[in-house]
Amino acid sequence: MVPLSWYLALSAVLFTIGVVGVLIQRNAIVLFMCIELMLNAVNLTLVAFSRFMGDVTGQLFVFIVMTVAAAEAAVGLAIIISLFRTRETLNVDEADLLKL
Amino acid sequence: MEQFAQIQVSHLFFLAFASLAVVAAFNIILQRNPIYSAIGLIVVLCCLAGLFLTLAAQFIAAIQIIVYAGAIMVLFVFVIMLLNVREEESKIDRQKYLKFLAVPLFLALIAEVMAVLKTLGNPPASPNIPGTVESLAEGMFSIYVLPFEATSVLILMAIVGSMLLARRESKEDADDIETALNAANEPTAIEESSEEEVHA
Repeated sequence: MVPLSWYLALSAVLFTIGVVGVLIQRNAIVLFMCIELMLNAVNLTLVAFSRFMGDVTGQLFVFIVMTVAAAEAAVGLAIIISLFRTRETLNVDEADLLKL
Repeated sequence: MEQFAQIQVSHLFFLAFASLAVVAAFNIILQRNPIYSAIGLIVVLCCLAGLFLTLAAQFIAAIQIIVYAGAIMVLFVFVIMLLNVREEESKIDRQKYLKFLAVPLFLALIAEVMAVLKTLGNPPASPNIPGTVESLAEGMFSIYVLPFEATSVLILMAIVGSMLLARRESKEDADDIETALNAANEPTAIEESSEEEVHA
């Protein structure tokens, strides 16, 4: 059996890569993908703890996190579409005003 | 000896999936074209599904492939193709320093997490293995039935919200809004005119 700390280390690395992506990327769609990456890294932690503690609750949390991620992706991509319609760009630096 | 061989195989599985996931995750953030980033994310999600299988979470692994790699990523790729954005250089790059800040922050965060992990022992895996559909359903429909129902409301709100946000405002809609506003302002005009009639 692979030790628990290996899973936690992998999860930490993936989460950190997601954070770095949010910092260095300017494309709104890729920012969303980095957020999905972070959510998945946390999911891995939850499933690993669920396995090592023999408790199903962690996997139920993952199920609900996936639902929230799906809702977030749908609404977020809709916002990106309407942003692109009004501004003709996906660069988040150029979308810094609420008014047009 | 047999057990030893088994341990080695599971370690190899972990290392293969983990290294592929990390490489694909770097691919997400370093590519300039969003479609390549999307492919990187799909690879990460599939690798994580494989890791969920090594953790005996079959149901979550299946859901990961179906919902994440299937539905959510199709949505992403669809939007990328719908908007058809070419690689664009930003006209204003006011946050250039963030790129130089990101690498030290990355290393600091990794070091911090590894330091925390060092203090953590390695507990033995629990003998009872959750992860079957049966055990998940037992928890979901007994203790966690309220959060489960709440997610359905959340999904409904997401459907309505995303339809409203992504809808194109057509000329007819604008006209409808105009007439509705006029109708709301109408009563005062009618009163005035009726008063005038009385005076006449």
